[in-house]
Amino acid sequence: MNIVVCVKYVPDAQSDRSFESDFTTDREAVDGLLSELDEYAVEAALALNEAGEGGEVTVLTMGPEDAADAIKKGLQMGADKGVHVLDEAIAGSDAVATSLVLAEAIRKVGPVDLVITGLASTDGAMSVVPAMLAERLGLPQVTFASELTVEGGVARIRRDGDTASETIEASLPAVVSVTDQINEPRYPSFKGIMAAKKKPVQTWGLGDLGVDASLVGLAAAWTTVEGVQARPPRAAGEVVTDEGQGGQALAQFLASRKFV
Amino acid sequence: MAEVLVLVDHVDGTVRKTTAELLTAAARLGEPSAVFVGAGFETAQAALAQHGAVKVYRVDDPAVVDHLVAPTAEVLAHLVGQVSPAAVLLPSSPEGKEIAARLAIKTESGLVTDAVDVQPGEGGGVRTVQSVFAGSYTVTTSVTKGSPIVTVKPNSIPVVEAPAAAAQETLTVPLSEQATAAKIVERKEKAASGRPQLTEAAIVVSGGRGTGGDFGPVEAFADALGAAVGASRAAVDAGWYPHANQVGQTGVQVSPQLYIAAGISGAIQHRAGMQTSKTIVAINKDPEAPIFELVDYGIVGDLFQVLPQATQEIQARKG
Repeated sequence: MNIVVCVKYVPDAQSDRSFESDFTTDREAVDGLLSELDEYAVEAALALNEAGEGGEVTVLTMGPEDAADAIKKGLQMGADKGVHVLDEAIAGSDAVATSLVLAEAIRKVGPVDLVITGLASTDGAMSVVPAMLAERLGLPQVTFASELTVEGGVARIRRDGDTASETIEASLPAVVSVTDQINEPRYPSFKGIMAAKKKPVQTWGLGDLGVDASLVGLAAAWTTVEGVQARPPRAAGEVVTDEGQGGQALAQFLASRKFV
Repeated sequence: MAEVLVLVDHVDGTVRKTTAELLTAAARLGEPSAVFVGAGFETAQAALAQHGAVKVYRVDDPAVVDHLVAPTAEVLAHLVGQVSPAAVLLPSSPEGKEIAARLAIKTESGLVTDAVDVQPGEGGGVRTVQSVFAGSYTVTTSVTKGSPIVTVKPNSIPVVEAPAAAAQETLTVPLSEQATAAKIVERKEKAASGRPQLTEAAIVVSGGRGTGGDFGPVEAFADALGAAVGASRAAVDAGWYPHANQVGQTGVQVSPQLYIAAGISGAIQHRAGMQTSKTIVAINKDPEAPIFELVDYGIVGDLFQVLPQATQEIQARKG
């Protein structure tokens, strides 16, 4: 199958992430990497094609120059080619504009059977781009998959909610998002790392996609961030060492706060 | 006064607490109109009336229920076109966010997800507050484009009772072929645990690596407090507790009045799911565990000693 995996280059969640003066995410101050949750999407695509009749896995990202690292990681894992949408006008794009650019890039890649994404980015964490892509591309969505199989042109997933577990089917082509329960992403092998250097990566600007620059970027966003505030550090609480009465002390604390 | 649409979150008519929160928020922005999709309207109507729904749009077309989010998005888009609401509010569940996402594109409206507060904007529109980067920042956003669409995190809005008519208006919306392309072919309801839903619970007790796989003391303590039970990613990955109970970035995000972490170190992945809790308590053997940076009250000790003793003491106090 021909599969496009949408990936995002994000600031490392282990670092102290912050904002620029225009309230966009600061993508310079801390090191970036392929969003951890997108590794599951890359793995899912590779596993499908290894088990099936083959086809190409394309890793697609949009973002600044450094975002090429996210593509590189996908190629090292085993994807066949990369597409990087790189254009200064994109900076500050919200999910709406992101989905517009990605949808046009997917169209340009050519006929695809599946578009696979992670369940959320680890920075914006909205989980809305897969549904927006499905809407824009006119495709069915089968999202938050904890299991994914494709047979006879039908994608079938298991989606675990808080009150029920559902099996959902849709004919290809479809948009699929996968959770971190679906697989165990592989580490790139030495061979994979060497092979990745020879794999094709195309860099496209908005002009290549036919996207009007006025529709993307911070100024085009349909929402306006008015302010960003660091959460005040929580007042230091009381920490005691259990010397045999810790449980009673805990019950006493909860009673004093009216929880008992 | 303009209508504000609220998508009702329910299981066969039993309305979830998030809906009361959304109706309360809707009343700040205009006149709350509930949108009820599925079976069980008769059960739901009283709860919707109690929390201020002036009108209830009712859709019981089975085609809407048997398919994933796309048909509900079409129903809401139809209503947005019909009544030009001041805002559309949805729960911040996976379904709620995806319906909101499709609706935003369909109606060219601004979208904010995971809001913890919703107020009228100064120059019209809606102003929201979100908690981002694992709860380390608070972001204030205004949404003015189109009919602002906001998904609201559970436990964020204090519920106000406001009796209203909840007058029903049955709605038939022709669905596109595309809307029914993804079909739910099987649904297995989860066995009820008898405990509150994790996202709605006022108290959550979670266990982590420190349980060593034995959640007995965590569950007993939770039951003494009437709490929901959560688990860290480490405990879920080890197969000790179901993924549906995972609190953290890749699980459920909770914001209860009281959060108790037992045997959880407090990695960023976990903090992203609980940092906005009002009161935080931790029990951990390691005095250097990062979770202690967040606590209102912490005990350095063995959860297998502390929790059973606390459970006993609470039961004794309750008589």
